[in-house]
Amino acid sequence: MCGIVGIINTDRQVMDGSHIREAIRIQRDRGNGLGGGFAVYGAYPDNKNQYAFHIMYEGDRHNPVIPMVEDLLRNKTKIYQAEQIPVFPNDRIPQGPYFKRYFLKPIADFFHPDETEEDYIVRLVMEINRIEGAFVISSGKNMGVFKGVGYPEDIADYFGIEDYEGYMWVAHNRFPTNTPGWWGGAHPFTILDKGVVHNGEITSYGTNLRWLEMYGYYCLLQTDTEVISYIFDKLFRKDRLSKADACSVMAPSLWEEIDRTKNEKMRYLRQIYGSAIVNGPFGIVLTHNDGAIVLNDRNKLRPVVCARAGNTYYSSSEECSIRLLSPDVDEIWSPRGGEPVIIDLDEEVAA
Amino acid sequence: MNENPMNSNWKILAPFHPQFDLARCDYENGCNICVHECSFGEISLSPVKNAKGDVVYRPGANLTACNACQRCVKMCPHNAITILSQPMHTSHGYWTPYHVQNVWRQARQEGGVLLVGTGATGPQKRYFDHMMFDACQVTNPSIDPLREPMEIRRYLGSKPDSYGESIGPQLELEVPIMFGAMSFGAVNLRVHQAEAQATQTVGTYWNTGEGGFHKRLRKYGKNTIVQVASGRFGVNESYLKDAAAVEIKIGQGAKPGIGGHLPGEKVSEAVSKTRMIPLGSDALSPAPHHDIYSIEDLRQLIFAIKEATEYEVPVSVKISAVNNVAPIASGIARAGADIITIDGFRGGSGATPLQIRQNTGIPIELAVSAADRRLTEEGIRNTVSIVASGGFQSSSDVLKAICLGADAVYVGTPVLIALGCNACQRCFTGKCAYGITTNRPGLAERIDVDAATQALTNLLHAWSEEIMELMGSMGISAIEALRSNRDRLRGVGLNEEELRILGIKHAGA
Repeated sequence: MCGIVGIINTDRQVMDGSHIREAIRIQRDRGNGLGGGFAVYGAYPDNKNQYAFHIMYEGDRHNPVIPMVEDLLRNKTKIYQAEQIPVFPNDRIPQGPYFKRYFLKPIADFFHPDETEEDYIVRLVMEINRIEGAFVISSGKNMGVFKGVGYPEDIADYFGIEDYEGYMWVAHNRFPTNTPGWWGGAHPFTILDKGVVHNGEITSYGTNLRWLEMYGYYCLLQTDTEVISYIFDKLFRKDRLSKADACSVMAPSLWEEIDRTKNEKMRYLRQIYGSAIVNGPFGIVLTHNDGAIVLNDRNKLRPVVCARAGNTYYSSSEECSIRLLSPDVDEIWSPRGGEPVIIDLDEEVAA
Repeated sequence: MNENPMNSNWKILAPFHPQFDLARCDYENGCNICVHECSFGEISLSPVKNAKGDVVYRPGANLTACNACQRCVKMCPHNAITILSQPMHTSHGYWTPYHVQNVWRQARQEGGVLLVGTGATGPQKRYFDHMMFDACQVTNPSIDPLREPMEIRRYLGSKPDSYGESIGPQLELEVPIMFGAMSFGAVNLRVHQAEAQATQTVGTYWNTGEGGFHKRLRKYGKNTIVQVASGRFGVNESYLKDAAAVEIKIGQGAKPGIGGHLPGEKVSEAVSKTRMIPLGSDALSPAPHHDIYSIEDLRQLIFAIKEATEYEVPVSVKISAVNNVAPIASGIARAGADIITIDGFRGGSGATPLQIRQNTGIPIELAVSAADRRLTEEGIRNTVSIVASGGFQSSSDVLKAICLGADAVYVGTPVLIALGCNACQRCFTGKCAYGITTNRPGLAERIDVDAATQALTNLLHAWSEEIMELMGSMGISAIEALRSNRDRLRGVGLNEEELRILGIKHAGA
């Protein structure tokens, strides 16, 4: 059991972190204090063309892997800015690991043949994650993730998320049942700007993991949720599937329906991406720089509610979070199992 | 041997014999069904006088031929027969009756290579029994297949890595189980027909084995996989084109490294025509293909077959499970095969040298795991499907093999057992009392094709139901989410090396 909230403004109007903090706070019973986290999109408009790396280092600022990682970054990227992520220790969370933020751009000379800039960043993230004691918490442009062990409202206060503004926010309240509660294991999980918050447990994990390893994705964060963000990255970014198709790979139509509707494209997708199917109960919100996707497992084994109020979309494990922020929404509904809700932001207006 | 009067009574007693309950037996009224049912000549009638002084014929055991096929027991209308094991003893703990008898048979009786039928019987560990499925509790609801959709369809064939690339020809299996290669000659046409009809009904495939594809069954081609083995029996253009897939047989789990062996006794007219060999001649496939001495030769044959079939059907390569299976599988994938079939050492056989069967090859559980891991590590797992076979005794074995990396499985011995076989291991004699592994008139008719078809259909349905139950307990609703999903398996009583090769954790971990 876990709690999820997503707030998405399609006009790209920014809001500060206090709203999402309240929305996830009232789902307190859905977590147990072993994990909370937030992702904010549109957070770094001044550095929006650079990759924002949030890196977590175990221990404190003296951890010897910090210079190792920074050497690696210096050798492989151009760093524009590096700073400690501000934290505000309090009674509930007196201390945590050491977090740093880097704004950087890759150096094209080092790309492998046929490798895109984003492939290069993914490879770099995997390389850092394989260093013991360092974890890339987020690596997208103009977005960032703040997460840790604690109730989400306490994590919000620890990072002072009210000081950040963004046009899209997601929050997660964790009740870990299969993997330990640790700072890197809290949600959201991201790769580049692709993020995921997840309520559920993935029974297809072993299959998904081995398939992903064939394409250079290594799951090192001891949690099943990680695979969803990598599957989505592979399907949507690398293989250029539409969002709807990527969702139908993860939660496909029944063969019976494919046969009946003679949907040969769906048959083909399910044939070639059989190992990317996600089984087990899940409600997820996938986020990227230009929108969000809400998806339930085929059997609808987890609650997901969606709503719209003007240009703001909401997605939540419980309706109460939506009603708290916006009592009079224009529409509210429960998406059916396996049927994605795809929310696309309006085009960014050039400055 | 028996010319020496000192030895004139010397004989090797059969390990079993029938015992007759004469109070139940109806011999006095002339019943002699058991004598006719026993195709091995174990039962004979001897004249005795009844109470009235008339001569009647009473059945008795000859003690020379029984291997507990139980045909007489099952067919006796009066339930008067029991099979007892023949008490052969040695006082020596090392020279057990099994070894003593084998030496006797070679030295004093058959004088050559000991031949047996069916798969290996040795004491090697059955890894399936040391793996348990992990099930869902609380955090992860199990799925009830009676109330929720549960999908077990598989597609076999080469698949691309990403969207937009073309996909190779695929076999569509409604159940992840196919019937493994058993040739016409080894089994009879009725068995083949039942396999063909059952697989057509259920939506899966049967395999002709290396003995050709009988004309009368060509209409079942859409559900048929034909084999090209080293003997090339029955292979011609229409043979290849009439099938849904072609399998190149390099090896067989029961006899890795040696070729097929059909004794001349079993080569009837129909068999000789279908195989394209002379009547009554031994059909011996060479150990290797005489045109395949390396992986590049295999590639040529794969593409020769693809050319002949115009790239419209998948080509499979079947190998015995051996220690080097992982690199061999990789080579086969890179040689262009669409499917790799790996046959474990427990796999069945109609005729196999005893020593080969008992001592060659490796367990399928280890082989399939090693091959799946290697293909994944090399990033070419999508380019081939893996079919596992050899010793599957139940639906749970099937599903465990899928968790270890198989896309689907072949079963052979369960097919024969479904038709009545009692695993008496004498398929090579051509005397099968159940009419399965024989073409003899009078015996082959013991197979009723419709009843056999129903039995095989039942078997596929029953195993499918069980597979769905098992999947539901693991919270899996589509079987592709279990392929290579070793995380749903846990070892019990396995050492670290075994766990490493299987790629699973120990139970409780």
